[in-house]
Amino acid sequence: MSKKVAFLQGNEAAAHGALYAGCNFFAGYPITPSTEVSEVLSAELPKTGGKFLQMEDEIAAMAAILGASLTGAKVLTSTSGPGLSLKQELIGYGCIAEIPCVVYNVMRGGPSTGMPTGPSQSDVMCAKWGTHGDHPAICLVPASVQETYDEVIRAFNLSEKYRTPVMVMPDEIVAHMRERIVFPEPGEVAVTPRKTPTVPPEQYKPYDTSFGDVPPLAAFGSGYKFHVTGLNKMADGFPTTKADIVQAEEERQVRKVDANIDDIVTFEEYLLDDADVVVVAYGSTSRSARYAVNVAREQGIKAGMFRIKTFWPFPDKQIKALAGKVKGIVIPEMNLGMCSLELERCAQGKVPVLGIFRVDGEPINPDQILAKIKEVK
Amino acid sequence: MSRYELRFSGSGGQGLITAGIIMAKAASIYEGKQAVQSQSYGPEARGGSSKSEVIISDGPIDYPKATTVDALLAMTQEACDKYTHDLKDGGILLVDSDLVTKLPSAGKFRIISFPIINTAKNDVGREIVANIVALGAMVALTGQVSRENAEKAVLSSVPEAFIELNKKAFSIGYEKALAASA
Repeated sequence: MSKKVAFLQGNEAAAHGALYAGCNFFAGYPITPSTEVSEVLSAELPKTGGKFLQMEDEIAAMAAILGASLTGAKVLTSTSGPGLSLKQELIGYGCIAEIPCVVYNVMRGGPSTGMPTGPSQSDVMCAKWGTHGDHPAICLVPASVQETYDEVIRAFNLSEKYRTPVMVMPDEIVAHMRERIVFPEPGEVAVTPRKTPTVPPEQYKPYDTSFGDVPPLAAFGSGYKFHVTGLNKMADGFPTTKADIVQAEEERQVRKVDANIDDIVTFEEYLLDDADVVVVAYGSTSRSARYAVNVAREQGIKAGMFRIKTFWPFPDKQIKALAGKVKGIVIPEMNLGMCSLELERCAQGKVPVLGIFRVDGEPINPDQILAKIKEVK
Repeated sequence: MSRYELRFSGSGGQGLITAGIIMAKAASIYEGKQAVQSQSYGPEARGGSSKSEVIISDGPIDYPKATTVDALLAMTQEACDKYTHDLKDGGILLVDSDLVTKLPSAGKFRIISFPIINTAKNDVGREIVANIVALGAMVALTGQVSRENAEKAVLSSVPEAFIELNKKAFSIGYEKALAASA
């Protein structure tokens, strides 16, 4: 049997990816350029008994998905920069209370309301540092419609596996462009179930580390009662200020991601074996980079591309290795130099990092990248 | 690698994004090629400039936006003034002859013009399908997808009740463009 295909927008693909992953609760507040996610899910979720809620604002939408997730639902919200700013307080709550959820954020111009219909990649730092305090961060940056579908499924899986919020951040170009997509059959792509308690309710503690760094999470309404708070907490979920517990719990929360970087970080290496110049790129910008690298090769320049698919945790190890091999790193991004800072940190001064930074609402074109590749001596 | 670039431009509300989507769908779902459609538009729901770009190729498409355009549709004077700069020498420029009166210097492009909106209004019977008249014309002029596959894409993209209307619009657009370019 031939597989089902469609010609879809990135945002529409994201909604269908969420459904494949088992999303049964969505709460959001519409905002350009992510509204199509809400449009699709408002039509599709009720058909299978799922719930769609349009909340009064972005903060409430974030609160709603955290609450729903605690009842065992697989949850999603979608937004764009200004909404992401508003959600930050509760994203931190999701991190400390360890509540699985997926935040889909389409990057448009900023700060504030910025340029609603223009593309941008300026929310990548907000994905890690937007909410205060030390906390784990996972952020995926797809570059095509198919990948947006696939990565939304992976985001749900990672959020369940590590019991933490996960962000998917396409730029506006990826979110709004249309391409052919092939849908996987049911069961073809693995869907990670939530780890639930094996002990009876009276013995259950929501943060019991004897079960490992990711303790099982019971669903409210299933007979298990427990306390949830934004304060630093003990194994039973009640607040504590005991120094040793707070230190150990903070470290564990961050370790959930840091100790599993190789399981989480994904990337694509393109023509890197003999490359003198590496273009590091992500999202739609990587498509311009691939074009430029191909043209450079035709002109006899040994260029290659390292495409970041997982922005957080950052692929430190891979970039450090590249920095020891190439003569220069080129980073095109639709912000004023965010990924660039991470690359400089990883390159440790071994090679120059040359940025192309564009925030005028226009994509970075292959010619700009090619010109920069040629600057590497 | 073959890379063919089309741009549908005009003002918001003229249905040009839809026309671009249908062209790309025809290529990628029915013609067996690869296609990417993208768009840019202002914050207004109607009015303001609007453009939809379609890249068609036999292989994978990396950069999703236009580099040098093979075929341009301009449905307003503003769009024609703004978007001909990166049209290839020898490229195709299709304009609505009632709305675009100042044409770029002749010789560089193949310019085809006919009253697209008035054709929809008078020959098809509804102004609202002007975008499908234009699409039919672009399909005829560019030859990137077959008439049959383009028609399939049109019919799978419009509501049941409007199938005949759109079929007629597509067909008239196709024929008018052939006549205008003969």
